[in-house]
Amino acid sequence: MSAVQGGQKIRLHILRYNPQKKQDAPRVQTYELEEAHGMTLFIALNEIRDKQDPSLSFDFVCRAGICGSCAMMINGRPGLACRTLTKNVGPDVHLAPLPVFELIADLSVNTGKWMRAMSERLETWVHMKQRELDLTRIERPMDPELAEKIYELDRCIECGCCVAGCGTARMREDFVGAVGLNKIARFRLDPRDGRSDEDYYELVGDDDGVFGCMSLLACHDVCPKELPLQTQIAFVRRKMAAQGLK
Amino acid sequence: MNIIYTDVLVVGGGLAGLRLAVAAKQRGHETIVLSLVPPKRSHSKAAQGGMQASLGNVIKGQGDNEDVHFEDTVRGSDWGADQEVVRMFVNTAPKAVRELAAWGVPWSRVRKGDRTVIINGQKVTITERDEAHGLVAQRDFGGTKKWRTCYVSDGTGHAMLQAVGDQAIGDGVAVHERVEALALIHDGSRCYGAVVRNLITGELAAYVAKATALATGGAGRLYRVTTNAVINEGIGHAIALETGVAALGNMEAVQFHPTGIFPAGILVTEGCRGDGGLLKDVDGHRFMPDYEPEKKELASRDVVSRRMEEHIAKGKGVKSHFGEHVWLDITLLGEHHIKQNLREVFDICHYFLGVDPVKDMIPVRPAQHYTMGGLRTLPTGESPTLKGLFAAGEAACWDMHGFNRLGGNSVAETVVAGMIVGEFISDFCDREDLNIPVGLVRDAVAREQAKLDALLAGKGTESASVLKAEMQTLMTDKVGIFRTGEKLTQAVETLQQLLARSRNMGVPYKSSGANPELVTAYRTQKMLRLALTIAYGALVRTESRGAHFRNDYPRRNDAQWLKRTLATWKNDSDTLPTLGYEPLDVKRMELPPGWRGYGAKDYVDHPETAARLAEVEAIRHKLAGADRITRQQALLPFEHLLPARLRGRNERIDEPMPARAAE
Repeated sequence: MSAVQGGQKIRLHILRYNPQKKQDAPRVQTYELEEAHGMTLFIALNEIRDKQDPSLSFDFVCRAGICGSCAMMINGRPGLACRTLTKNVGPDVHLAPLPVFELIADLSVNTGKWMRAMSERLETWVHMKQRELDLTRIERPMDPELAEKIYELDRCIECGCCVAGCGTARMREDFVGAVGLNKIARFRLDPRDGRSDEDYYELVGDDDGVFGCMSLLACHDVCPKELPLQTQIAFVRRKMAAQGLK
Repeated sequence: MNIIYTDVLVVGGGLAGLRLAVAAKQRGHETIVLSLVPPKRSHSKAAQGGMQASLGNVIKGQGDNEDVHFEDTVRGSDWGADQEVVRMFVNTAPKAVRELAAWGVPWSRVRKGDRTVIINGQKVTITERDEAHGLVAQRDFGGTKKWRTCYVSDGTGHAMLQAVGDQAIGDGVAVHERVEALALIHDGSRCYGAVVRNLITGELAAYVAKATALATGGAGRLYRVTTNAVINEGIGHAIALETGVAALGNMEAVQFHPTGIFPAGILVTEGCRGDGGLLKDVDGHRFMPDYEPEKKELASRDVVSRRMEEHIAKGKGVKSHFGEHVWLDITLLGEHHIKQNLREVFDICHYFLGVDPVKDMIPVRPAQHYTMGGLRTLPTGESPTLKGLFAAGEAACWDMHGFNRLGGNSVAETVVAGMIVGEFISDFCDREDLNIPVGLVRDAVAREQAKLDALLAGKGTESASVLKAEMQTLMTDKVGIFRTGEKLTQAVETLQQLLARSRNMGVPYKSSGANPELVTAYRTQKMLRLALTIAYGALVRTESRGAHFRNDYPRRNDAQWLKRTLATWKNDSDTLPTLGYEPLDVKRMELPPGWRGYGAKDYVDHPETAARLAEVEAIRHKLAGADRITRQQALLPFEHLLPARLRGRNERIDEPMPARAAE
């Protein structure tokens, strides 16, 4: 393990606002603390809450970069706070809640509500060709490479970074975002799903869907899971355009 | 007063809760899932390496079946498990994998032909069968005789949670996010739902239900060093305990995973060792074969964790600023394998350690990982003492893990228990009416409101976060991998002091809405009771079994301790749980107690073990010509315990079933 640094002061400048509280107004509050070796924003924010300000709201669950709870604006860019080392973003770190999503308080936003609504709208579940399964029988084979390709797209953690970084999402409230389009690409690839391009066109064949994308592609740059969003959106657009011309 | 009615109330939105909810909803019962967080962010997501199910598709899994999985699980449990429940589980696990395969889980699949794998540090070429091509693949895990762990790269829990979470949305299961159950509503014999706090607004509501299920996962955050997510604070366990009626089983059985990254405690999967990774000491020496010549790195987790700590205690640990650790070496697996099958491990090492596991070794040390104990239930998932209260998954003790859970058996349990308990809870709702005791509901809400008001209005001087941190440090130091009467006595005494101090907590931040400090305060009081239940249970259990290891009582003692601890918390003012014990019946065991095949070979037999062994031998001998199913049924019939729609055998390449009659 590398030599221990630490001891230097860092400052977290946090945009604070609790809409639940009457008379609260948005403001930036600065907290100073000593940087420890290997300190992440998860460690730093918890230390602030434990030692300086018990009212500070933020969300962490896994603290291992896999659950998508802690996405926030870190120095102006959406990212996962839990796996961000302070030494890579400090000594002055500016934190703000993700835009687009409903604000709960401070750095906590309601991504869950947004994602559920998107899932209901795009019907992001396998539409099985037959519902009743005989579970005593050997499973249907699947090409091993296809399974890997599906998993590649299934790795999305619904953190909301792509939506927060999206130009269209700022302008069109109902835009499904890269997260939604990636899901369409994922189910389109899955032979277990009985839907056709005609069905998918009904879901994303408009300006709130794939034709709303302006190809700015910040989504691709900020995705913490490095999903191939650029190629997937282009692919879905091509397929939907073809379907629209039919 | 806000009252919400439903048929089935599920507390917890992880895999067990969601799968249970889907089952109940599909049976036509209105179902609401309560979740602290958006359900797809639950800790089920962190399961990396895979789920055990005896499909036997890969060549190294050939010959696997329910019987082998059963024996591995019972041995792993150090004979603490309920063997009927293990049978129900191993028979349903293949069905669960196949159901999830249909629901969209992109299981890693078998590729026919030759492939190179690492076994015991050596490159070996194995050849997969043509007929297995495209079927669900299995990898090796600790404590198993066959390669049985089905996986999706190393994001198995993630992929399963996506599929089950999406299925729940498709079925219209209501999920109320960012809410927390503070107390169960009950009259001492029947559970009627829960008092629930909205974590955004702070408002309380009563959720009144025909049946209530706890699926709240584990309690890892009682410990300072844990792989568990920050939400795994054992509040589900605690609210069951606080009924004074429902019992928690075997809370002293706490698993420590060998490979938490050091010092953060984030998990790297057992699949690292299953796929061929090695444990090495300060000299770069592979030390596990010195201790466990048979299973080496792949003995069960309790054994490997103890051997690692033992080796560190001998001075063979690697010293660092934060203390000592050993190395996990997966460099021999090669870049392609790591980036394909261990990509989360790669990410975790990269982001949290600045280590490239393709080239460098990973610093690891055991960390708290799994809560074997939970709400004691019948094989149906229902509490035997509080009607209408059910549990599934890590929060339950039905009890398939005994004193040590095998890797890959926990995500498997979540969905299997969700399927099974989901059917039984539906039967219960079909059968039972609900007479709503309005006064009882109102009183329960008022009581919880009064507690919150007292915390906010009080002038207490103790800080909740300080008490919580003291508890966590104490649990890791004194109620950890190696336990002694002395350490446990100290732990119990100190926890009692902390509990007393927690009655004088102050909450300087007065907001009744989103208020993280208030949340820490009321949870800490609950967590302290749970910590006491673990520490006191461990103190009284004067033997070593599975993950519960006593230096002062190093032998497993079946004569005295082949029994399950049942803890209740009788009065609010108590400072210790009341412990009772439920004997395990040797005379009904399919696999009577013996040596596990790894770890110490030293144990005290139960007086009835020899007779039961002879009996089992005689039955096996008599039925020597019969098939394995007939033999098994003669020893421990279990199929009648399963819901009708989950009965039936499991087809395998080597155990084909007759073709279906043409329709």
